[in-house]
Amino acid sequence: MIRSAAPVAAGFAIAVLLQLAAGSVVGPFAVKLLMDIGINVVLAVSLNLVNGFTGQFSIGHAGFMAVGGYVAGCITYYGSFLLWGGASVRPGLLSGGTLLFLGACLVGSLVASGAGFLVGLPSLRLRGDYLAIVTLGFGEILRVMLQRTGDVLTDPASVKGAAATTLATSLGGSLGFSGLPYYTNLLWVYVFVTVTLVVALRLKFSSYGRAFLSIRENEIAAEAVGVNTTRLKVRAFVLAAAFAGLAGGLFAHEVGVSLNPRELGFQKSFDIVIMVVLGGMGSVSGAVLAAIVLTLLPEALRSFSEFRMPIYALALILMMILRPQGLLGLREVWELPWLRRRSAGGGTETA
Amino acid sequence: MSALLDVSGISISFGGLKAVSEFSLAIPERGLFGLIGPNGAGKTTVFNLLTGVYRPDEGTIRLAGRDLVGLKPHQIAAAGMSRTFQNIRLFPDLSVLDNVRVACHVRGRHGIASTVLRFPAHVAQERGIEERSRRLLALFDLDARRHEAARSLPYGDQRRLEIARALATEPKVILLDEPAAGMNPRETHALAGLIRRLREEFGVTVLLIEHDMGLVMEICDRITVLDYGVTIAAGARDEVQKNPRVIEAYLGQPTEEAS
Repeated sequence: MIRSAAPVAAGFAIAVLLQLAAGSVVGPFAVKLLMDIGINVVLAVSLNLVNGFTGQFSIGHAGFMAVGGYVAGCITYYGSFLLWGGASVRPGLLSGGTLLFLGACLVGSLVASGAGFLVGLPSLRLRGDYLAIVTLGFGEILRVMLQRTGDVLTDPASVKGAAATTLATSLGGSLGFSGLPYYTNLLWVYVFVTVTLVVALRLKFSSYGRAFLSIRENEIAAEAVGVNTTRLKVRAFVLAAAFAGLAGGLFAHEVGVSLNPRELGFQKSFDIVIMVVLGGMGSVSGAVLAAIVLTLLPEALRSFSEFRMPIYALALILMMILRPQGLLGLREVWELPWLRRRSAGGGTETA
Repeated sequence: MSALLDVSGISISFGGLKAVSEFSLAIPERGLFGLIGPNGAGKTTVFNLLTGVYRPDEGTIRLAGRDLVGLKPHQIAAAGMSRTFQNIRLFPDLSVLDNVRVACHVRGRHGIASTVLRFPAHVAQERGIEERSRRLLALFDLDARRHEAARSLPYGDQRRLEIARALATEPKVILLDEPAAGMNPRETHALAGLIRRLREEFGVTVLLIEHDMGLVMEICDRITVLDYGVTIAAGARDEVQKNPRVIEAYLGQPTEEAS
C-alpha cells in the first residue's frame, strides 16, 4: 500500500516544490510555459489511451477539452458572482475560490467523460478513417455551438437575476469567455499531471491496459481470447475524455489564455494527435516527451510561427514513412534497449 | 455418454453460397477430433461459427449443455471455448509473455479503480496471472524468450505461442486451425506430442483442422470430412480413409484419374 502511494506522493511533492520555487527562480513567463507543458502532457497522455492503446483514431480531443473548459469556466465564473458578487480570484491555498475551481474542474471532467461516452459509441461500429471523421465532426459541431452562445454577463445584479439556463448559454460566443479568474497554478497543474501519469502507467502495465493494447494489435484475436472489445473501446474514450476535460478546466483558468472556440478547434486536436504520434503510439513517456518538445518548440521558433503548420505536417509525413509507430513505439523510455543493457534485467513493474 | 461440445445441424449462407450445410458434431470430454477436407470446404467457417464470429442461420451449438448461438466471441471464450487461427493472429508488438497474459484476462476481475489504486486483490491477481503465464510458456519452451516481441519469434514458435495463448483462457474445448501449417516433419512430430499433452495434462477437448494427413491420422480419435460445406464422411480413421467419397473429394473421380 505504501509502495503504491509513493509515486503519487512524489508527484505531489514536485508540484508543491514547483509552486513554491519556480516563480522566483525562473520568472512568470517560464511559469506560464511550465503550466502549458503540464496541460499538454495531460492532453497527450490521455489521447494516447484512445489512439495509442486501443488503436482507435480520434482527432476531436480538443472538443472534450472544450467541454471541460467551458463547463468549469461557467461554474467558477458565475459561481463566484453568485457567492461573492464578483469573479476576481479569492487567494489562498484552500480558499473558497480554490475549492470552487477544483470542484468546477471535476464537474467539467465528468461532463466531458459523458461526451466521451456518446462519441465512443460509434467506435463500436466504425473504424479507422470513419471514426476519425465522427470525432472531427464532434469537435466542429461543438465549436459552432459555442460560437452561437450569448455574451458573458458582467453585472452582478443581472447574474443573480438570471435563470440557470441563461447562465449556461452566456459563454461569450465567438469572442470567447473572458474574465475568468486565474486559479490555475503550477501546484494544481502538476497534481493533475501526476494523477494522469499514474493512471496511464498503471493501466498500461496491468491486465486492463494489456486488454486495451490487444484491441489495437488484433481485434479479432482479442475477442477470441475473451476481451470485451466493444466495452473497452468505449471505456478508453470515456477515460480519455475525462482527462481532456480536466485539462480544459486547467486551461480555462490559466493566465494569458483566452477561452474561445477557435482556440479549441481542429488545430488544437491536431496538435495533440501529433504529440501522440511523434512520441510513440502507446508510449506514456513518449507522449510526455513529445508534449514537452512541442510546447517549447513554437516558443523557440516564434519568429517562424507562420511555418509552424507546414513544418508539423512535414514532420508527420516523414514520421509516417520512416517510423510509423512513433519515436518510442510502444516502449517507455526506461525500456529502451541501450538503457536496459546498462541496468540488466529490469522488470516491467514500474510506477 | 453425453457430448461436451454438441453441434447440431448448423448452416450458414453467404449470398447464394451455402458455405456450411447442416454440420453436426458431438465431441465427448477429452475427445480429440479432426476436421479435414479440401481447400475451401468450409472448415474454417465451421470454426468461425463455433466461436461466434458468424452466427449460424440455423442449428444449435451447445458447450457443456449451454447454448452458445448468438453469443459474442468474447463470451464464448469466457464460456470455455478458445481457438487458434489459420493465419496466425498474435499481438505482434506485445511481448511473448504479454500475449499469454492478455488471455488470462478473461478469468479475472478487473476494474479501473482497483488497477489504478493497486488494491491488494488486484496485485495478487496480477501475480497469479504472471505465474500461470510463465508456467504455460515453460511448457511450450518459450519462457526464455518471454520479453521478446511476438513478431520476432520464428514461425513455428509463433504457432506454439498461439496455442499457449488459447490455453491461457482455461478452455474446455480448444479449436486448432491448421497448427502444423508451414512446419517441417520434425516440428510436426513434436506438435503431435504437444497436442496429446493438451488432452492428458490439461484435460482439454480438441478439435483440429489439419491438412497434414499424417498428423491427423496419428492423433485423432475420430475424423469428420467436409467438402463444399457438406459433411461427406465421419467416423474412425480407418473408416474415413477407405470411404470412397473421401477418396473422390481428395483425388477426383476414378474416371478422370484413369485418363
